[in-house]
Amino acid sequence: MTTAAAPSPTIASYARDFDELKKSRGGDASPLLASLRERAWSEFERLGFPTTRRGNELWKYTDLRRLDSEAFTRVSADSIGDITAETIRERSPWSDDWHTAVVIDGQFVSALSRNLSVEGLSISELVQSAADDGQSVDLALGKLAVIEGNPFVALNTALFESGVLICVADGAEIERPVHVLNLFTDGADNRAFYPRTLLQAGANSNVTVIESFVSLGAGPQLVAPVFEIALGSGSHVRHCRVQLENDRSVHLGTTRVDLPANSEFNSTTFATGPAIGRNDVHTRLSGEGAACTLHGLYITNGSSHQDNEISTTHEKPHGTSHQYYKGILAGKSRAVFSGKVLVKPGAMKTVAQQKDLNLLLSRGVEIDTKPSLEIYADDVKCAHGATAGHVDPNMLFYLLSRGVSHHEAAKMLIIGFASEIVDEFEPAPLREYLYRKLEQIVPELESEGIL
Amino acid sequence: MLEVTNLHARVVDAEDGEILKGLNLTVKSGEIHAIMGPNGSGKSTFANVLAGRPDYEVTEGDIKLDGESILETPPNERAHKGIFLAFQYPAEIPGVRPWQFMKAALDSRNEAHGEKKLSVREFSKLFDSKVAEVKINPDLMKRSLNEGFSGGEKKRNEMLQLAILEPRLAVLDETDSGLDVDAMGIVANAVNALRSPERSFIIVTHYVRLLHHITPDIVHVLADGRLVETGGPELAEEVEREGYKRFLSGQEAEPAPAGA
Repeated sequence: MTTAAAPSPTIASYARDFDELKKSRGGDASPLLASLRERAWSEFERLGFPTTRRGNELWKYTDLRRLDSEAFTRVSADSIGDITAETIRERSPWSDDWHTAVVIDGQFVSALSRNLSVEGLSISELVQSAADDGQSVDLALGKLAVIEGNPFVALNTALFESGVLICVADGAEIERPVHVLNLFTDGADNRAFYPRTLLQAGANSNVTVIESFVSLGAGPQLVAPVFEIALGSGSHVRHCRVQLENDRSVHLGTTRVDLPANSEFNSTTFATGPAIGRNDVHTRLSGEGAACTLHGLYITNGSSHQDNEISTTHEKPHGTSHQYYKGILAGKSRAVFSGKVLVKPGAMKTVAQQKDLNLLLSRGVEIDTKPSLEIYADDVKCAHGATAGHVDPNMLFYLLSRGVSHHEAAKMLIIGFASEIVDEFEPAPLREYLYRKLEQIVPELESEGIL
Repeated sequence: MLEVTNLHARVVDAEDGEILKGLNLTVKSGEIHAIMGPNGSGKSTFANVLAGRPDYEVTEGDIKLDGESILETPPNERAHKGIFLAFQYPAEIPGVRPWQFMKAALDSRNEAHGEKKLSVREFSKLFDSKVAEVKINPDLMKRSLNEGFSGGEKKRNEMLQLAILEPRLAVLDETDSGLDVDAMGIVANAVNALRSPERSFIIVTHYVRLLHHITPDIVHVLADGRLVETGGPELAEEVEREGYKRFLSGQEAEPAPAGA
């Protein structure tokens, strides 16, 4: 006998948000978007939150029961605090040179954004662009981040009120990075945010996109962003993702990427902070000769939890993919690395690698790491591996023997472990920002005397 | 300066017994001592015990620096007091640059001595001049510490650290092993350049060849955890000619081969 799961007691709150959003907008100007939202909402209602973990491989190690008892509500457009340009510069990665779309509490704020268009690049508000431009945006939106079966893509699609559209023209080489800065103000507790971004990179174009998430306050919040990246053939997109929310928040992020022939996608992630964090990335190599690297660093402390759900599908021959994640775990925190590579029939000459290395700083931590390969093609080269270890006593003694204090030596080794990933962040001001963050974060890690 | 009396030591928690079994050694300021010995005699153990490696425990005896016991002194504070160990197998440390490491080391020593830290500019100048002095490839300095360094480059990097930190007592643990003639010359030059009435060296080695470049004042033979013979440079020559056979237990009474 089977019993249907009882609907989450908090679902009604999200239903109210959905109804209010519809009323406040008088419906979406784009009929396609309006119907997509309706479908998304039905799918979310059908799925609910994935709080049943038994037999649910995707959520086996991540406990979301908190979402059943604690509702997070959408904030309306007029609640944006008085954030100044100074605050933004102080609290987030920033350079005046970048093309920056500032998104505050899920709202695109053009007054604080900078350099939104140069030749070959345009950055605009997504919902408005869907209404103005019609077809091209409508057709792309929701194509990669499929709502069916994914409650958080469905919830985001139903409830995002504003978003960022980045269009790079065919052949355009965008010299400076595009930055989508998601800031969350220090407001009421239990607000929910649904950042939505769509990048359309033209054929043979070249662009770097920084995506960052920063909380200005310490209150609990839910952030459920969706980023869809459609590369053009022969294009090259670099993606730097910086996730730095406060330790009471929940971050459930989804990134979906399509790589047609001869395109290249390089993504590097820096994730730390939230009570529950999940970075769900899927890249689909849909064209021949596509290449992707998915690299990341996660740092967990206290009772935080970070889940990395990283998957790549090789559909065509001569593709390469490289998944490389590093974790630093302290306190009683937990992390998950679930790396998947699927090589479909016909994807010959695929080269795929997966690796997850973890540095454990206390006995109370837990890492569930499961790199997996599923191969249905011949003549492929695939390898995977995972390790978990402690600070190396030989390295520690070497540093100590030169006079460096125990604390300083341990800090150097931990940051040194992280640096292999952090050094990939470009451009330099972003990398330097992350090193400054590490200098703050690492000494606070609960390490049972290692630090 | 250094006074080691009746030193007994073993690997922490090891079932098997002591490696050092009553070692006595006195090193005065400005002296260069060579400690030679066959494999397994306890040479590296002694070098590491002096530096305070936590893998070893001293079970008996004492190590005094300037009259004060340092047995309870942690390794970083021993460094502040002027002890330096050039490692036989220097660790490779990902993500830590040689410049950054040496700046942190010098800063912590200066802080311990209540002295001013060098500014980035001052330190860079010092660092660059020492890099040139020990003729280490500057490109290596952009890498992580010892990562991808050849054996010789690692030893040269130890000499760089020695030259920057200018310790009062430098212990070289088989620094000559795996070095070609040129690299040996570099190591010897680094040591000879630092010879001074205030600085002492303990050169731990299996072979005599490094001692052709650095003339020791006193040579000891270490066998089975004890210094069994002490002499001048001629003792090293004897070891080169005749090996360690005479010093191994049960063979002390045997006369040296005729014609030696």
